[in-house]
Amino acid sequence: MSASTDSGAAAHGGPGHPKRPVTGPRARPGRFRRAATRARTWLPGLLLVSPSILLIGVFVYGMIGWNTQLALSDKHAPIQDGSFVGLTNFVQLWQEARWPAAVTNAVVFTVVFVGGALFLGWLLGLLLDKGIRGEAVFRTLFLAPMAVSFIATGVVWRWLMNPAPAERATGLNALFVHLNLDFLVNDWWTAPDLGMAAMALPAVWQLAGYVMALFLAGFRGVPEELREAARVDGCSEWGVYWRVVMPQLRPVTLSAVIILGHMSLKVFDLIIAVAGQQIVADVPAVYMWAMVFEVRDPAKGATIASYLLLAVAVFVIPYLVWTVRKERSEGR
Amino acid sequence: MLEGRLQSQDPPDSFQGHAGASLQDYVEAGYLAPLDDFFDEQGLREAYPDQLVEQISYEDSVYSVPVNIHRSNVMWFNPGLLEEAGVDGPPETLDELVEALEAVDAETDAIPMAVGAQWTVDHLLESVLLGSLGTDAYNALWEPGADWDTPEVAEALGTFETIMSHTQEESAAEDWQEASRRVSEGEAAFNIMGDWAAGYFDELGALPQEDYDWAPSPGTDGTYMWLSDSFTLPAGAPNEENARAWLALVASQEGQDLFNPLKGSIPARSDADPARYADSPYLESALAEWQAGPELAGSFWHGVTVGNRWKNDIDTAVGLYLQNEDLEALNAALHEAAQSE
Repeated sequence: MSASTDSGAAAHGGPGHPKRPVTGPRARPGRFRRAATRARTWLPGLLLVSPSILLIGVFVYGMIGWNTQLALSDKHAPIQDGSFVGLTNFVQLWQEARWPAAVTNAVVFTVVFVGGALFLGWLLGLLLDKGIRGEAVFRTLFLAPMAVSFIATGVVWRWLMNPAPAERATGLNALFVHLNLDFLVNDWWTAPDLGMAAMALPAVWQLAGYVMALFLAGFRGVPEELREAARVDGCSEWGVYWRVVMPQLRPVTLSAVIILGHMSLKVFDLIIAVAGQQIVADVPAVYMWAMVFEVRDPAKGATIASYLLLAVAVFVIPYLVWTVRKERSEGR
Repeated sequence: MLEGRLQSQDPPDSFQGHAGASLQDYVEAGYLAPLDDFFDEQGLREAYPDQLVEQISYEDSVYSVPVNIHRSNVMWFNPGLLEEAGVDGPPETLDELVEALEAVDAETDAIPMAVGAQWTVDHLLESVLLGSLGTDAYNALWEPGADWDTPEVAEALGTFETIMSHTQEESAAEDWQEASRRVSEGEAAFNIMGDWAAGYFDELGALPQEDYDWAPSPGTDGTYMWLSDSFTLPAGAPNEENARAWLALVASQEGQDLFNPLKGSIPARSDADPARYADSPYLESALAEWQAGPELAGSFWHGVTVGNRWKNDIDTAVGLYLQNEDLEALNAALHEAAQSE
C-alpha cells in the first residue's frame, strides 16, 4: 500500500507535473530532472519490493545470523548468556553416538527417497507419454497423494508397515502371508540397519506422482520433429527416449532432484507419524527438535540447524548457479 | 507457549507439571516461586508423606503442590496365561520373573513380556533397576555424579537384557496401549507399565482379576515408584492471591478426593477417604498401599529424579541399545549421563 503511494509521489518530478517547484537553493534544474527521470525507472520497483526485502532480511537472513551466533556459542541452557566458542559444537556433535547415526539415517532415507521417486515418476511419465486411454484419470490418480500431508501418509503407512512376524502379521506383512509370500515378511522401518529405506517408501509413494507430472511436461516439451528425425535415422523407440528425449530433460531431472533432496534432508513430520521419537528412526530434524524443545539446549539445537542448512545449501546453491548461468547464456 | 510466557515475564497464575526434577530448569531460571511458607501454612508437611516432600524439594525448597500420585512400578499380567504356563502366582523377584518368562515362552504361544516404543523400554528399565538394586541404591543413582559403573548396575542391566529378549520383535511400532492391551486380551503374559493402564483396561471392558491382574513389579514390593501431577506458583503471577486459593484447593483433602477418582489416580495426601475409590479395585488397592506408608522412589522417566537433559541422555542410550544391543555401551552411557549433570 505505502509503496504505491510513495511511487506516485516519486513520479511528481516527471513530465506529468512540469510545474513542480524545485526546492533547495543549489539545485540545478536540468540535473535534477535527469536524476528524477532515472529514479522513476528504479524507485517504484524498489519501493514495491522493499517490504519483502525487509521481512526476508529480518526473518530469514537475520534469523540465520542469529542461529549461527547461537551455534558458535556455549549457550547450553536458555538462562545462560553464552560466549563465543568457535566450532566446538560442530566438532563435538560428531564425537557422540547419536548424531552420526542420525546422519546415516538421513542419507539412507535421501538416497532411497530421491532415487525411488525419480525412477517411479520417470517410469509413470514415460508410460503416460506413450499415450494411454484415460490418461487424465491416471494423471490425477498418481498426483493425488501429493495432496495428502506427510502426517496422514505416515499414520496409514505405520499400519501398512507393521513389523509383526508371520504369526501375528498385520498390514502388508499379513498380505504377504495370505499370498504365501512369507519370505517377504520383514521388519520394515524397525530394522536396525537399513530400516530407513522402508521409511522412504511412504515418501516415494507421495512424491512419485509429482515427479511424473514434471517428466510428463518435459516429454511433451520435446518437439515431435526431433523424435521423427531420430526414427528416420533408424533409431529404435528405446533409443529415441534414451538418446534424444532424456538429454533434453536434464533441467527437469535436476529440478526434481533439488526439490526432493531438500525435502528429504529436512524430513520430520513423516518420521514422527511413523515412528515417533525413537533412535532407530532418528534424523537430524527430530534430534534438533528434542534438543530445542525437550532438553532446551539452544546452542546444540542451533548447531544441528546449521548443519541442516548447509546440507540443503549443497543441493540448492549449485541449482541457483546453474539457473543464473543459463539465464545469462540465453541473454535474459 | 508456556516457555515463551515464562521467559517474557507474562506467566500464567499456575500451571501443571510433573513434580520433581522436571521442573528444575524453571526453578533455576527463577520462574517459580518457592512454596515453603504455603506448605507450612496449609499443614502440607504433615499431610504428605515425609519422603514425598523430600523428593520434590530442590535445594530444600518446594516449588509445586502434588495433586495426585501415579505408580510406575506396576506389573500387569494375564492370570489365565500364567496358569497355562504353570506359573504359580505373580513372580516376586526378578529371578522368578525371568523363570516365568521362560515358562511362558516354552508352554504358550503368547508373548512373554509386552513392551512398546522406546519410551516404554525406559519405563521398564526403571522398574528393573529398582527391583534389582533396592530402593536406597536406586534413589542414590540420581545424585549428580553417581557411580553407575558398578557390578550391581551391571547385574541389573544383565537382567534387563534377559527380560528384553522375551519381548515381541515388533514392539517399536506399538505404544503402551497396544502393549497393555495384549495382556488383557491374552496375547501377552506380562507388561510393566504405570497404573494409568488400569483406566485403559476399564475402557477396553477388561475385567480385573480375570482378564488382567497386577502386582508390584518384581523386587519392588513395599516401594512406591511414584510420579505426580502438580501445580506451581510462577514468580510474578498476576493474581497471586487467587493462585494461592487454587493451590489450597488442589492441596486439600476435598480437592484431591474430587479430582483423583476421575483422573484414575490416588491422592498425594495420606488422609484420603477410601470410600471414594471403592469403585475401582485397582485404585482401592493402590490407596491402601499408599496409606500404609511405603518407601518412596522417584520415577526417572516421568521426570521426578532427573532433569530434562539427563532424561534425554538416558533415552538416547536406551534407544542406541535397542538398535545395537551393546549392553556395555549402555552401561557406559548411563554412567556418563550421571557425570555430566
